[in-house]
Amino acid sequence: MSIDTERQQSGAEVTAPPVPSLVRAELPTWAPWAVLGGSFVVIGALLAATGGFSIGMLVVASAVVYAVATYVLSRVVEGGRKAADRLVTIVVTLAFLIALAPLVSVVVTVVGNGLARFDVEFFNSSMRGVIGAGGGGYHAIVGTLIITALAAVMSIPVGLLTAVYLVEYGKGRLARAITFFVDVMTGIPSIVAGLFAFALFALFFGPGVRLGFAGSVALSVLMIPVVVRATEEMLKIVPNELREAAFALGTPKWRTIMKVVIPTSIAGIASGVTLAIARVIGETAPLLIVAGLTTGLNFNPFEGRMATLPVFAYTSYAAPGVPREPYLDRAWTAALVLIIIVLVLNLVARLIARLFAPKTR
Amino acid sequence: MTTTTEKVIAKAPPKPVLQLGDRIFAGSAKGAGILILVVLAGVAAFLIAQAMPAIVASPADLPGGKTLVAYIAPLVFGTILAALIALLIATPLAVAVALFITHYAPRRLAQGLGYLIDLLAAVPSIVYGLWGVAVLAPATLGLSTWLNTYLGWLPFFAGPVSVTGRTMLVVGVTLAVMILPIITAVAREVFLQTPKLHEEAALALGATRWEMIRMAVLPFGRSGIISGAMLGLGRALGETMAVAIILSASGAVTFNLISSDNPSTIAGNIALQFPDSTGLAVNTLIASGLVLFVITLLVNALARYIINRRREFSGAN
Amino acid sequence: MGKAIDAKNLNIYYGSFLAVEGVSMSIRPQTVTALIGPSGCGKSTFLRSINRMHEVIPGARVEGRLELDGKDLYGPGIDPVGVRRQIGMVFQRPNPFPTMSIYDNVIAGQRLNNKKMKKDATDTLVEQSLRGANLWNEVKDRLDKPGSGLSGGQQQRLCIARAIAVQPDVLLMDEPCSALDPISTLAIEDLINELKMDYTIVIVTHNMQQAARVSDYTGFFNIEGTGKPGHLVEMDETKTIFSQPKEKATEDYVSGRFG
Repeated sequence: MSIDTERQQSGAEVTAPPVPSLVRAELPTWAPWAVLGGSFVVIGALLAATGGFSIGMLVVASAVVYAVATYVLSRVVEGGRKAADRLVTIVVTLAFLIALAPLVSVVVTVVGNGLARFDVEFFNSSMRGVIGAGGGGYHAIVGTLIITALAAVMSIPVGLLTAVYLVEYGKGRLARAITFFVDVMTGIPSIVAGLFAFALFALFFGPGVRLGFAGSVALSVLMIPVVVRATEEMLKIVPNELREAAFALGTPKWRTIMKVVIPTSIAGIASGVTLAIARVIGETAPLLIVAGLTTGLNFNPFEGRMATLPVFAYTSYAAPGVPREPYLDRAWTAALVLIIIVLVLNLVARLIARLFAPKTR
Repeated sequence: MTTTTEKVIAKAPPKPVLQLGDRIFAGSAKGAGILILVVLAGVAAFLIAQAMPAIVASPADLPGGKTLVAYIAPLVFGTILAALIALLIATPLAVAVALFITHYAPRRLAQGLGYLIDLLAAVPSIVYGLWGVAVLAPATLGLSTWLNTYLGWLPFFAGPVSVTGRTMLVVGVTLAVMILPIITAVAREVFLQTPKLHEEAALALGATRWEMIRMAVLPFGRSGIISGAMLGLGRALGETMAVAIILSASGAVTFNLISSDNPSTIAGNIALQFPDSTGLAVNTLIASGLVLFVITLLVNALARYIINRRREFSGAN
Repeated sequence: MGKAIDAKNLNIYYGSFLAVEGVSMSIRPQTVTALIGPSGCGKSTFLRSINRMHEVIPGARVEGRLELDGKDLYGPGIDPVGVRRQIGMVFQRPNPFPTMSIYDNVIAGQRLNNKKMKKDATDTLVEQSLRGANLWNEVKDRLDKPGSGLSGGQQQRLCIARAIAVQPDVLLMDEPCSALDPISTLAIEDLINELKMDYTIVIVTHNMQQAARVSDYTGFFNIEGTGKPGHLVEMDETKTIFSQPKEKATEDYVSGRFG
């Protein structure tokens, strides 16, 4: 082995520039794992000895020690370039784990705190006349569904048609302006959308206005650009060949769009629309401003205040009654219900995209 | 050549014959687009109209008896401070996460991991608010004390340490969690668009994975990272509920991140004050909302400008 | 069935760019006419202008006259959609509608135009068209399966069946075999020979053997250089073009000394 390497190198010297050896020292595959285990044990022992033991400290300190130790070891054995590569790999992986930590923590916290009141009563009673324990979020669930449904009914046609205009018809200044302002709308803070709806309705109903429908309008402002963007992306990936095939059969443009372009992209559009609904169903700020809160059921979005899950969660937590616990429990359960709705919508969106995509086989 | 161009101008193409259905359909599509412009104009117009009374009112009538500028300025300070902290934390993390998903994770897992990060964006902000105040705030008490003990000479960690943990630092971290998926999504997209040719060229030169990323991926994705960060900044500036729930705001203008004496943010202040406000106080809040609108508009327009400029120069198309 | 096409001094533009200049040609009913020439010479552009598909591209337009049995297709009040119903088209790459079954693809022309038809009438039309495209025996057992599951050659014949189900007078084919393997190509060429009983066929091809095999007439398009408009050099019976063309450029091209 060593003779072989020597011969290679001596040959290389004769032919001028030295060829680097193909064989390079490398850490065995078990080494990083050994380092990882080692740093855990060492840090654990160290923390236990100093008496400051906590899981968080252990994980953080071990990760740091692991990264540093691997770098040093690799630098000694494998050289600086490989060591830098290993270090970055560790850092990037750690970053991903750090990013996931809040997601896990949020889910664990909300489930842990929310299960206490995740019972039948929560889903079939409102807060009318309830002081202290008992009661539920039925009125808020109803409000959330009505307001979001109304927002969807207003946003989806406008969003779809706008996307169709931008992709199939739009050219020139108007299309560019719409594209730009849709981008601008994507960035509107939700609270500003709420202020807009308030300003609009205050004009007709006076300054104290609180309406479920006003909430829907605010959510629409937030939802329309999302629908436009998602639909636009989907329409753009429909191959032009299909449009031409339909035109060549003597089909008018609008029927081509309705019967060929949209059916081809409907899975993606439906998935995008579902995600848009998921995006606005958890909005709190605009509803806090224009829909307000009430303790009782209200099925009429055009009359009076309407409770919604996010606002219910917020006010229960921020302004609890006495004793505090039942209010906090209800807040967490409302958050749990909200998370479940959003997760289900996300799942549904993925399923739609997968199941209803045009089949090729 | 001139003759042909003249001919073109003289003989504009004849209007194509359109069926009725086509005209109705095209018209309604166009109408929807115009409606969006009208709505946006409406947002601006109504906000201005409702902010007007506060703008023209004498300072004595406004909440706190201060001028409108004196009322809004500390809020702007708080808004920008919170958003910048979030940006500082989230951007490097998001770039690393995007790199992990696009270049480190096993191919087969990559998409699923992407979904996980997207789920982070799906969690409603109110839930983050509750989580921030119930979990994150107490969890940072130890860290805050440590920062105050050892880095107390920095104005950021001057203390006194808040006992509830409802500090600017916690708000910043929570906002960072919320904007992380936004920045990650944009960064992930541009990293995936890195021309395979460049990556393979770097690898063929004997680069390690990290060297390849530094040579090919990061330079290509730089403007994408910047614009993603700007979009995240826009979101952080306008975020309401997390701030309203977590922050114990006193209206102080301070860089101190770990005390209970914090500047509020525009959005958080509106959420806290609005439900109980009447008359001119409402107009004042709307005026502050208008300021927020303008700030986020500028940030987002800048982000879009960077994205679009990149699109023009990118060789991908 | 099968109508004549007459182009009279046709200029075709993309915006202000003149892509094809001064084409005059007569295409006889129920014949196969091949258009050959080097890449970018405008033969496809000319083909697409025959059924007004050209103007789908923004800024594209046409000057001059183009007649179908004496009627100007670019005259005032002519609906391009109607033109396309009389002049069908088959594209370079097979493009069956991915959301539709084989059956629905064939009657897409009727369905898309919302024509109400009785079930047995559509059944007959589907069978007729698929038989006409030599595809019936291969797909009759899986008419409800998506068309995109067929092989490339079958997909292309499905697209031909779809085009003839509208019962057009003219069939335009834009390099219909360029994405296919030799066996599928042969099947399409056989089909073209049968179809000319009923239709006027104009086919653009890069393959001179194919032009020689399938066509009765051949038109040679050429271009002087990049940025210059393409033009029709000469058109004649196919055997004349390939044996004793009048123009030197044509002879160079068909004998492979050029392009």
